[in-house]
Amino acid sequence: MSGPPVRTMIHVLDAGPQTTIQDAGRSGHMRYGIPPSGPVDRRSFALANRLVANPDGAAALEFTLIGPRLRAETPCTIAVTGADAPLTLNDAVASAWTTLTLAAGDVVRIGAARAGVRGYVAVAGGIDVPPVLGSRSTYLRGRMGGVHGRPVARDDRLPLGAAPAAPRHRTVPPEARPQWGGEPVLRVVLGPQADRFTDEGIAAFLGGSYEVLPQSDRMGARLRGARIAHARGHDIISDGIALGAVQVPGDGQPIVLLVDRQSTGGYTKIATVCSFDIARVGQAKPGQRLRFTAVNVATAHRLLKESDAALAPVELEEIA
Amino acid sequence: MDVNTRVRALEYLIAQKAVPGVVETVPSYRALLVYYDPSVVGYDALCGELAALAEQATNTAMPPAREVELPCCYDGELGPDLEAAAQRLALPVDKLVRLHAGAEYVVYFIGFTPGLPYMTGAPEVLTIARLDSPRVKVPAGSVAIGGSQCCIYPVESPGGFWLLGRTPVRLYDPDRPEPILLKPGDRVRFRQIDRREYDDIAARVAAGRFRPVIR
Repeated sequence: MSGPPVRTMIHVLDAGPQTTIQDAGRSGHMRYGIPPSGPVDRRSFALANRLVANPDGAAALEFTLIGPRLRAETPCTIAVTGADAPLTLNDAVASAWTTLTLAAGDVVRIGAARAGVRGYVAVAGGIDVPPVLGSRSTYLRGRMGGVHGRPVARDDRLPLGAAPAAPRHRTVPPEARPQWGGEPVLRVVLGPQADRFTDEGIAAFLGGSYEVLPQSDRMGARLRGARIAHARGHDIISDGIALGAVQVPGDGQPIVLLVDRQSTGGYTKIATVCSFDIARVGQAKPGQRLRFTAVNVATAHRLLKESDAALAPVELEEIA
Repeated sequence: MDVNTRVRALEYLIAQKAVPGVVETVPSYRALLVYYDPSVVGYDALCGELAALAEQATNTAMPPAREVELPCCYDGELGPDLEAAAQRLALPVDKLVRLHAGAEYVVYFIGFTPGLPYMTGAPEVLTIARLDSPRVKVPAGSVAIGGSQCCIYPVESPGGFWLLGRTPVRLYDPDRPEPILLKPGDRVRFRQIDRREYDDIAARVAAGRFRPVIR
């Protein structure tokens, strides 16, 4: 008697401290309090998918600080991008930002990030968990999406979608790979409540450097630095919170809100980090420092166009 | 027309007209956050269009609101602040319950956690400053008041409102095809139930055999 057809599977041997399934995210549900989720670093995520010939938004793994150890149950093709972390295939050093072909039984291990925080593991065919509200992205606080709304855990077997013909072997050229580390300068548009801060408060925000705190997560990056003084109170009548909104509660310390953010909130927002710089917030390690510089909306849109244009044609080099 | 009704009317108009470039909208008390794709529509053009719609929103008829009836058990165990709130408001407990359960509430917006309704409609005598120190853990289903508002906590979360009772109905259930029960603009009434009925409905909810009355 023949059993059910064999599905391509990835067996999770070790999950790492927080590894979740993410796709392009869910849209249209913030008016019900459900955030978009999705990858914090969209560019690295999309490049991982392109390396295995998936659409840019296919469901992949996002790991945090330390990567998972995975075994291919059946032959498959994967790519690892994002945070710079040691990578081995059956204990031999392997290349990130590059298509890797696995035979059944092969084990891939990703270590602790040397630079950056979030890494991506894309598998040809994408990870085929059931979509919730149109997305496979995991929203941990809402116990929604991914593997029953939780992080990936040891001994999970992740089913894969049908992969097209074996993807070609390609690599992202070194000059197109992002560099983490240093003291990134993030472009922000001031507002919507910049008028609720003193001139000194705004000068502190734009002049100082802010350390990323370990309490940061996919909801928001908590920062510490020069106090940002309010002109008249830190509470507002609650309103919507955009991606990258920089909230400043009463203690004058900023929080940059990310993909799993609350949909509304009652703290003043001094500025919004431009979407093309969100990855640099999410890839800054605890202890690393960030700076902010103000641009106007027109400049922000021009920079966004340039950033999109730079990603579109990234030529993945063929490997012999 | 109050400002929140205008906010919801504007959101409705944007959806009706399918304004090009608009990706999603998030209403709150007196603001509407509009997400848009700048590769489809420019900032100035969109602002112009939204300003015109905001004018129109002052006399827009929206489709009739849904009426939702939620059973609520008001007792000391499920509503641990019931007595203290009654004392603070200088009302007998049963009067406080009668006033709270007798009102009709309007969902102004959903926010904070998935499916949490911010509602108004309680009589003015129930206006109460928020708790001096917020609770770290409010149980899911808690029905609470703070300021002039009423809210229901859909998932266990921190909270600064006074907990008067609890509904066994799930406002958020990620396993349902429609995980969120309430929508902005809904009218909500509470039907007072005793502990036995609470436990009975809670068991039916857990078995997927209870639907709140929605008209």
